[in-house]
Amino acid sequence: MSLRDVYVIGGNRIPFARSGGKYLKASNQDMLTAVIDGLVARYGLAGERLGEVAAGAVIKHARDFNLTREAVLGSHLSPETPAYDVQQACGTGLETAILVANKISLGQIDSGLAGGSDTTSDAPLALNDELRQTLMQANYAKTPQQRIKALAKIRPNQLVPEQPRNAEPRTGLSMGEHMAITTKEWGISREAQDELTVNSHHNLAAAYDRGFFDDLVTPYLGLTRDQNLRPDSSVEKLATLKPVFGKGEGATMTAGNSTPLSDGASMVLLSSKEWADEHKLTPLARFVDGEASAVDYVHGKEGLLMAPPYAIARLLKRNNLTLQDFDFYEIHEAFASTVLCHLAAMEDAEFCKTRLGLDEPLGAIDRSKLNVNGSSLAAGHPFAATGGRIVATLAKMLHEKGSGRGLISICAAGGQGVVAILEATSEDNK
Amino acid sequence: MSDTYANLVNNGVGKEVANKLGLPRPAQLRRYEKGQDLVDGPVAVGGLGTAPVAATARTVLSGAGATVVEATAESSYDGRLGAVVFDASAARTLDELEGLRAVLAPAVKSLGKSARVIVIGTPPDQVEGAEGAATQQALEGITRSIGKELRAGATANLLWVDTDAQSDAGSLAAPLEFFASSRSAYVSGQPLRVRKASDDQASDWRAPFVGEVVVVTGAARGIGAEIAKVFARGGAKVIAVDIPAAGDALAKVANTIGGVALQLDITAADAGERIAKAVAQHADKLDVIVHNAGITRDKLFVNTDADRWGSVVNVNLQSQFRINKVLLDPATKGGLRDGGRIVSVASTSGIGGNRGQANYAASKAGVIGLVRSLSAELADRHITVNAVAPGFIETDMTKKIPFATREVGRRLNSVLQGGQPVDVGEAIAFFAEPGSSGVTGQVLRVCGQSQIGA
Repeated sequence: MSLRDVYVIGGNRIPFARSGGKYLKASNQDMLTAVIDGLVARYGLAGERLGEVAAGAVIKHARDFNLTREAVLGSHLSPETPAYDVQQACGTGLETAILVANKISLGQIDSGLAGGSDTTSDAPLALNDELRQTLMQANYAKTPQQRIKALAKIRPNQLVPEQPRNAEPRTGLSMGEHMAITTKEWGISREAQDELTVNSHHNLAAAYDRGFFDDLVTPYLGLTRDQNLRPDSSVEKLATLKPVFGKGEGATMTAGNSTPLSDGASMVLLSSKEWADEHKLTPLARFVDGEASAVDYVHGKEGLLMAPPYAIARLLKRNNLTLQDFDFYEIHEAFASTVLCHLAAMEDAEFCKTRLGLDEPLGAIDRSKLNVNGSSLAAGHPFAATGGRIVATLAKMLHEKGSGRGLISICAAGGQGVVAILEATSEDNK
Repeated sequence: MSDTYANLVNNGVGKEVANKLGLPRPAQLRRYEKGQDLVDGPVAVGGLGTAPVAATARTVLSGAGATVVEATAESSYDGRLGAVVFDASAARTLDELEGLRAVLAPAVKSLGKSARVIVIGTPPDQVEGAEGAATQQALEGITRSIGKELRAGATANLLWVDTDAQSDAGSLAAPLEFFASSRSAYVSGQPLRVRKASDDQASDWRAPFVGEVVVVTGAARGIGAEIAKVFARGGAKVIAVDIPAAGDALAKVANTIGGVALQLDITAADAGERIAKAVAQHADKLDVIVHNAGITRDKLFVNTDADRWGSVVNVNLQSQFRINKVLLDPATKGGLRDGGRIVSVASTSGIGGNRGQANYAASKAGVIGLVRSLSAELADRHITVNAVAPGFIETDMTKKIPFATREVGRRLNSVLQGGQPVDVGEAIAFFAEPGSSGVTGQVLRVCGQSQIGA
């Protein structure tokens, strides 16, 4: 079987809101549906049957077992478009793009949507686990006596609901606490983190100002730009914030240089060349390849968010590329220090040799090519929505430039990383 | 967009009370629905002298499925007429107008609900001699007065047909069908000039835009959204344009009509190029551009600052020049084709002025100037340029007008009510029809013959 080229035709997202902000009353399904509809309108796909829609949410209600399919049914796509949910923490969005791209490449489908949605404002609160077990026992009781006996076990403290936690189940540490350990290990300074953060805000604001997002974002519930965006952010202002992760002298991570909890959704449209031609749509970029990795952070062998360099090393090797062969680097800013740790590790000969098994370090990148239109620190990071945001943004950047290649890197909970390569279409490269 | 008064006096007890008290009762206007007949009842056609247009009108009307009967001074009509078409184009003396009175009066008496009076004349500037010109000009006074007397949703309009177009069905069909049909529900007392059609493109009045690509600016809501829907109903692929901040509403409109949403600030320097690029995704050339986007920044003239002045003129008028320039360049991929259509939205404010709207009226009067000049410039390329001037239309915008002012705007017209956004869409779509190639440089008021802005 021969493989086909896969193209990013475009994308859509809603502006990302801060948790408890403008999207307080929006569910994942609401947001995902709005994003699909915005994309359908942009490309004139009303009533169209696509090959599939793959999407997911990291924080999900039990009722959302068929989230993506329900969103498709609520959208203007043909109801004959199949859909499924994917969940790979913050890698969800990019992983769905890889899945859809692979199917297109194999010729199983010709077109598809990939993306994700997340809300921490409409998070599920579950029954207290002891209460849930008690109620289950009562439910299965055969006699009234048994039932009363079971129900008698209910205690007032069981009425406090289970809340989703932003912590790793195996270590009990929050992501920020994990990151603080890694940040210290790599000696990332507060100044460097704040500087990266300021760049993110300024770059994103400039991109909005020049209309870059006019065909990437559809307003939603009164929000026209990302709620977290602070165009007037400065190193001086960020320097006044107190560290929130890590302890004592060495603590450098603040609410400013960490991404806030946020709500939002995104989608990208992928297709074969034939499908794009048939629909008279101009591809923005070619989806070249993707790779996932995972590290053993449980036993302290590696930092929780340090998986991406492992995936990058393998992906570069498979594609005969070096880290310097890119015109754009889109490294997801979970925390400013995540990006800086990745860059430091990839420059470090010892890390690259012992951990990645490379003779030479991956090396430094031209920092002027990093997150040039802003990233998660400014836009916010609704977990599963970040991949779609980055794929569409990078694809448009490559189309505007008319040549070159871009690298996407996203770290994810559970010690995982998902990375991918896009390049300008051959027509652009001419 | 509800007209509470009209609803009250047209239903149940309210209707009886209104009748007893002799209160004015705004009629429920007949509006286009899918599959609707051209007219609701037979059409009486008559004329003066050789009546050169009457024969053409009979052909057109029967071709469109209407029952045509003769209108003479002796005619008596069974039941209610759907329309009367009177050809006075051959009249050259004032004495002949008595013939018009004698034939038209009994026909007008027999009109049914939402019926149509269509008077046909020769443009006075094509008639030799002062009496001939006076006779033809008299038709305008007659038509406008009949329009003000008609009730029950009926309208009266005047077609001034150029001499070389008078026996050409291709030139007459689209204008005649528009004024006869329910699509002209809120157009009354208006003269419209019809020239010889530049190409003989017969089109189905129910689906004139099949295979065409149409751009509508300001399409996210109100009048623009309805314009987009009318074009989609007629078979067009609509590219709906609005500012990025209105993107969610725009997406809904586009998806409802199977169109495309283009988030774009029309005042951007590259707006024309971006529109052309979007068109090129669907066709080599654009068929129709509708310049509908507009803003108001009302303030008394003496209190209007440079920003309120400039922004209104920029959005409502200057943007059209910039966009047209790109679309009219024959080298532009996705530009307007020869034989294409430009339709702008003017306003009765641009004709009559309006207190607190010097900036807005400047932009809308400017649109009229643009239409008149550009239509002549583009005649060689068979591109028509026209404008529609809406009067009081029931929109979110007019809903915000204070009650008393709003009621005045609503009632001071011949049909005693505000128009619907779709009425503006219908008039714009008429200008854009393939069959309307003989209609250019015109400004058509969609105002129910409003006394405001006249």
